[in-house]
Amino acid sequence: MAELVVNGVSYELDEDGFLEDASVWNEDVAKALAPHEDVEELTEEHWKMINYLRDYYAQYGVAPMVRKLLKDTGYTQKTIYELFPTGPGKGACKVAGLPKPTGCV
Amino acid sequence: MADKKTPQLDELQNGKWPSFVTEIKKAAVKNEASKELLHLLERSYEEKRGHWKHGGIVGVKGYGGGVIGRYSDLPEEYPHLQAFHTVRINAPSGWFYSTDSLRKICDIWERRGSGLMNLHGATGDAILLGTTTDQLQPIFDELSEEGFDLGGSGSDLRSPSCCVGPARCEHACYDTLEACYNITNTFQDELHRPMWPYKSKIKFSGCANDCTASIARSDCAVIGTWRDSLIIDPEEVKNYAASGMNIQHVCEGCPTEALKYNAETQELSVIADECSRCMHCINRMPKAITPGNDRGATILIGGKSTIVQSAFMGWVIVPFMKMEAESDYEEFKDIITRIWEWWDENGKTRERIGETIYRLGMSKFLTEVGLPAVPQMVYRPRANPYVFWPEDEIKK
Repeated sequence: MAELVVNGVSYELDEDGFLEDASVWNEDVAKALAPHEDVEELTEEHWKMINYLRDYYAQYGVAPMVRKLLKDTGYTQKTIYELFPTGPGKGACKVAGLPKPTGCV
Repeated sequence: MADKKTPQLDELQNGKWPSFVTEIKKAAVKNEASKELLHLLERSYEEKRGHWKHGGIVGVKGYGGGVIGRYSDLPEEYPHLQAFHTVRINAPSGWFYSTDSLRKICDIWERRGSGLMNLHGATGDAILLGTTTDQLQPIFDELSEEGFDLGGSGSDLRSPSCCVGPARCEHACYDTLEACYNITNTFQDELHRPMWPYKSKIKFSGCANDCTASIARSDCAVIGTWRDSLIIDPEEVKNYAASGMNIQHVCEGCPTEALKYNAETQELSVIADECSRCMHCINRMPKAITPGNDRGATILIGGKSTIVQSAFMGWVIVPFMKMEAESDYEEFKDIITRIWEWWDENGKTRERIGETIYRLGMSKFLTEVGLPAVPQMVYRPRANPYVFWPEDEIKK
């Protein structure tokens, strides 16, 4: 099991680098996870996306569908991949500390 | 690990059919992961349960699909299977390869993966079975270098596939290979970056024999057909008769009784308006009967497997559409884009297009994507009287 150490605190990650316990997420964890998803620095645009995902998840208990995400953030699919090269599921959801997407992927 | 025995798997090296165990053993000589796979499989045979963990989210930069992550639940005992991901390569139309291109794939895969492949996955991709996370990007980069791209996975357009078509089949009513290639290229973005409620598949069959099983295994089936009369060569009919074929029997197999045979004059004729283009007579007498000249395809929607609503086979939404390379398949692309748009707007999470139509109704679907309702869409009219009328169609 991999570990992520941030500010002297150790966080457990699963094989795919998602937080084992999503509830321990904080902004410093996000900054530490970002380089693993080819994001060098979290800009304001990244945070807009992360905060949106977190709010949505807090409210509905699931990650938003991509279409919903595009409508609400005003981003295009292309912008999302520019921000998070590994995509909204693997990249953005991981950095935002949402549980791992499941199903027929 | 090397001296472990695989008695149950060894049984499967007996018999006439080519043995997958023999193939894995060949790969195991060169590769530790393949060797461990044998032993893990033997263990699964003994325990009658799988040893792969749920899910796995891995991929390559820029894409949201194409790789299926897999992890063993026994990583300490099978260290080389800790990660055993599957890479989908979009295969060439009709699975035609040169040995040169296959060798290139094998070279990459032998260096960076287990050496095991599936030719092909049910959707049509060439499948590379088993590699680790750190190898994914290099594999992708090297495949790209050789002209290959990944296939689809997740809630995206999955790799379209087609039958052998006009490359080797005299029944083909359009160029399935060209259509598949062209349309795959047009929708690369939809294929690589999942953005829909769920997966969506297209399959291209050149005629109603449906050699890709498109009606059952794709959300959108494009099945070749013709709208003039099938063509009968009277000389070849006589040759079949001379060879002892019971042509009357062929006529009896015609579902609409459109085919007539006069045994005395040895003349075969068809009532074109009655023919449902089922292919039976053509299949029986391929030298004498061929599809008509005005060719195109029927478009069907909704095919899917059981989950959640039950299994669906595709049903007709466009009885006839021209499928010609000269038009760049403009009409098809236009309709499929509108359909996806409608589904993306209306579909629930993990709802296939067939289910969305089933839930909201054909009438709403047809109206909103702009397709005319025609009798060919139904097997028979509804038997219940619960008919909805739009407000503005009612005279008060």
